[in-house]
Amino acid sequence: MMSRNGNLTKLGHSYRCFGGGVANWMKRLIKTFVIGVILGLLGTGALAWYVPAVDIHRERSLVSVQTNGGNIEVFHINLPRDRIMVGLPNVDNSIPAGLEWPGEEFLGDMQAELFKVRNSDDTVIGVASRLASATGESGPFIEWVVHLPARGTIYVKMEITPSADGFRNGEMLAGSRDFSVLSGSVREQFIADVGEDADAQGRIRLEAALVGQLGDEE
Amino acid sequence: MKYAISLVLGLLVGAVVFVLGLYLNPFSGQATVSPLAVTSERVIDLSFSAVPGDGILYTDHGETVVTPHPERIAELWEPAVHETSVYVTKVESSRGDFAGIGIKFSSESEQTAIVKGDAIANSAWHIYLPGRGTLLIDQTENFWSYIRGVVIPARTSAGDNWVGSFHAITTNGPGSLGTARVTGGSGLFDGMTSESVEALTARGYSANSGPVSIDGNLTIELTELAAASE
Repeated sequence: MMSRNGNLTKLGHSYRCFGGGVANWMKRLIKTFVIGVILGLLGTGALAWYVPAVDIHRERSLVSVQTNGGNIEVFHINLPRDRIMVGLPNVDNSIPAGLEWPGEEFLGDMQAELFKVRNSDDTVIGVASRLASATGESGPFIEWVVHLPARGTIYVKMEITPSADGFRNGEMLAGSRDFSVLSGSVREQFIADVGEDADAQGRIRLEAALVGQLGDEE
Repeated sequence: MKYAISLVLGLLVGAVVFVLGLYLNPFSGQATVSPLAVTSERVIDLSFSAVPGDGILYTDHGETVVTPHPERIAELWEPAVHETSVYVTKVESSRGDFAGIGIKFSSESEQTAIVKGDAIANSAWHIYLPGRGTLLIDQTENFWSYIRGVVIPARTSAGDNWVGSFHAITTNGPGSLGTARVTGGSGLFDGMTSESVEALTARGYSANSGPVSIDGNLTIELTELAAASE
């Protein structure tokens, strides 16, 4: 009888030891898991907060200072390499091939062009549209929108008649982001002779003379 | 070893819970009613297909699910314009008549912060409306509700597509009421500055080819000057 009771006591003792071990082991495992969940939440949150989802590539701004304040920045477009689209009244002449341009029937003599825009280092830094009409129902116009992804957009209205020197002057009507506090003028020039650049048959030069609004420094 | 596995599992579960929290966050999202709905000024409503294939021209860096077209269009692969797209489309009046042409430049913005429910794009519309004139609409847009409501469901569905009904205002600035800034260039709009709002209405999206059935709408407020000239 004694021997049987002794065996049962031993068995109960070893079960308690074994069961308690499992419980502790599970507790530690669950504790580690919960710590992992918290770290996962915090880590992902920190990652989402501090790592930028979008990292726009930036080129150096190549700006020179004007004599009476403000700055001058020169952009250019190499033709035909930087031409994305030309929508003409005569649809057959539109570029690229296969462009379903509405043409004269809908847009009259309005001509739309899209370009890539380069800085003075000949690096593409943006895109631009040029709309022009000589006899539109709402009057003649020539306009540029220059969109520089890292900096903002400029909206320019050009004079219809070019100067005797072959320039066309324009006024900046609006700007966004970096350009929102600037005003000034833009000069457009077509250069047929681009010298040693074998890839370009011509060049459109845009010279922006922009100045901050008075009172910016206050 | 078992503790390391437990920790890694916990980290994964934590990350998944965080992502689900972002995705299901009821406090992020865009308005569905235009701030210009209550304006006393006259407005122009312009609609367009926001399916790139329906437009006149679409181009980007060429590595997205949306195929640039026409076929031989130059792609924007250069680093500074890599996150930019250009879309040229006809715009229609509220009666469905041809109203003009719109060129939309859109670039991903560094203001994008998914943790705040912001998937921001800086965009600009250069618009010509024959008989009326030209104008520029510059705006920031938030596409998070579109991504959450349309793009992610399409990518996670078994058929790789989404069909349903989605409507949201994408414009969220720079105006204080979440409106875009409009600058008139020529014709009736010469000298005009006003506000605008862009909205998207989606009915179909494919994870393999992008938008299938999506309409865009631009509501442009006219100032007295332009309204009187109409």
